[in-house]
Amino acid sequence: MLAPEPPLAEWLDELDAQMQRSPAYFAGKPVVADLTALAAVPETVAGLFESLAARGIRLVGIEGIEPAVTGLDLPPLLTGGRALSEVAEEEKPRSEPASLLLDMPVRSGQSVVFGTGDVTIIGSVASGAEVVAGGSVHIYGTLRGRAVAGVAGNGTARIFCRRLEAELLAIDGLYRTADDIEPQLRGKPAQAWLAGDSMVVAGLD
Amino acid sequence: MAKVLVVTSGKGGVGKTTSTAALGAALAQNGKRVVVVDFDVGLRNLDLVMGAERRVVFDLINVIHGDAKLPQALIRDKRLENLSLLPASQTRDKDALTIEGVARVISELREKFDWIICDSPAGIEKGATLAMHHADTAVIVTNPEVSSVRDSDRIIGLLDAKTAKAAAGEKVEKHLLLTRYDPARAARGEMLKVDDVLEILSIPLLSIVPESEEVLRASNVGAPVTLNAPQSTPARAYFDAAKRLQGEKFEVVVPEERRGFMGRLFGRRVA
Repeated sequence: MLAPEPPLAEWLDELDAQMQRSPAYFAGKPVVADLTALAAVPETVAGLFESLAARGIRLVGIEGIEPAVTGLDLPPLLTGGRALSEVAEEEKPRSEPASLLLDMPVRSGQSVVFGTGDVTIIGSVASGAEVVAGGSVHIYGTLRGRAVAGVAGNGTARIFCRRLEAELLAIDGLYRTADDIEPQLRGKPAQAWLAGDSMVVAGLD
Repeated sequence: MAKVLVVTSGKGGVGKTTSTAALGAALAQNGKRVVVVDFDVGLRNLDLVMGAERRVVFDLINVIHGDAKLPQALIRDKRLENLSLLPASQTRDKDALTIEGVARVISELREKFDWIICDSPAGIEKGATLAMHHADTAVIVTNPEVSSVRDSDRIIGLLDAKTAKAAAGEKVEKHLLLTRYDPARAARGEMLKVDDVLEILSIPLLSIVPESEEVLRASNVGAPVTLNAPQSTPARAYFDAAKRLQGEKFEVVVPEERRGFMGRLFGRRVA
């Protein structure tokens, strides 16, 4: 469910930012657009669908707008849908895929956030990049940036990487910076986990 | 088919403008129709490096705003007739660039030239993102030191996310141009090694341009190094880069320190 708001350009920028954080979020999902907020400016609606299509978002329906506005080439109008807020809350318990796999390096300045499960990166995480997961973080490459695991309060989450050069490791709110990581582990395959109130970082041999 | 190439880096002072001029002149000497476009609006430099600063009448911003036609703004190089320059404005700033205007200029240039080389400003703001927006190919200019490498990594991320190709689900072809490489300092371990840079950035290497007096000398006389000193080592590195951009495949040679006989006798002790 998407709820575009005017001004549309700013809303699309926000959407782009969101999609950059979690690129797979909309992949292959049926999306319904709630156009209530755009009802006052119906001329922007057609452009919106092109903008969404260009981002690979597939609309299966729209709602919250006069039927007269919807042209032939627009998705079908749905009625009787519930407000976005109640739907969002109800959808939470539905089983989301519990892991996110990215088959590319995470570049400096990029942030991968997946709050509902594990994140697996096939590639390196650059200095100045971050990977945030509700579950564990697995990096099949060099971890030079930040890895944050168990972000939703999961103390059993771990961080694994093929080569440890991390700027920061964090699990369930406890963190260690590069300065506090044993120098002999640098450049080695390693994992981090919580033992009581402290973080343990050890080699993976 | 015309190719749009952006020369970019994130960090300033790594050699984007020098490389734009040198690659442009190298491709033009191979018989291609080339235009170099200065996107550094407000801090234009490419005209100086190309030696065309006394012939600038109209610029990119004039064309974008419709104050001048594209052929009026293009400056043909005096040494190579198939090399042209589209200068930036010095009196305006990057906000004067519009996304529609840039798109129009680039599509007009595509009809006239084989290679459109966009010299990106430093930074990751509007000027840089507009310079890369229409790129088919990107040359990422990087010095072998950590801050430059990290900024390049950031730019590669933007190339994968913010370009027209990325929006269409395609990839911008990316090449690493390692500049200001100092073989003596590399041998002493005072610089990042080539392998380390390649491992961090994980994009193919286009060429390694050694630090050289010739590059400075060429800029001072207002000529691309590939025209001013075509036999020099930096010029040869740029000619190799131009060949690889045109699809030729051959191994990149890492420059080594040239030492005289005495140097070879005593050099080991220092190293």
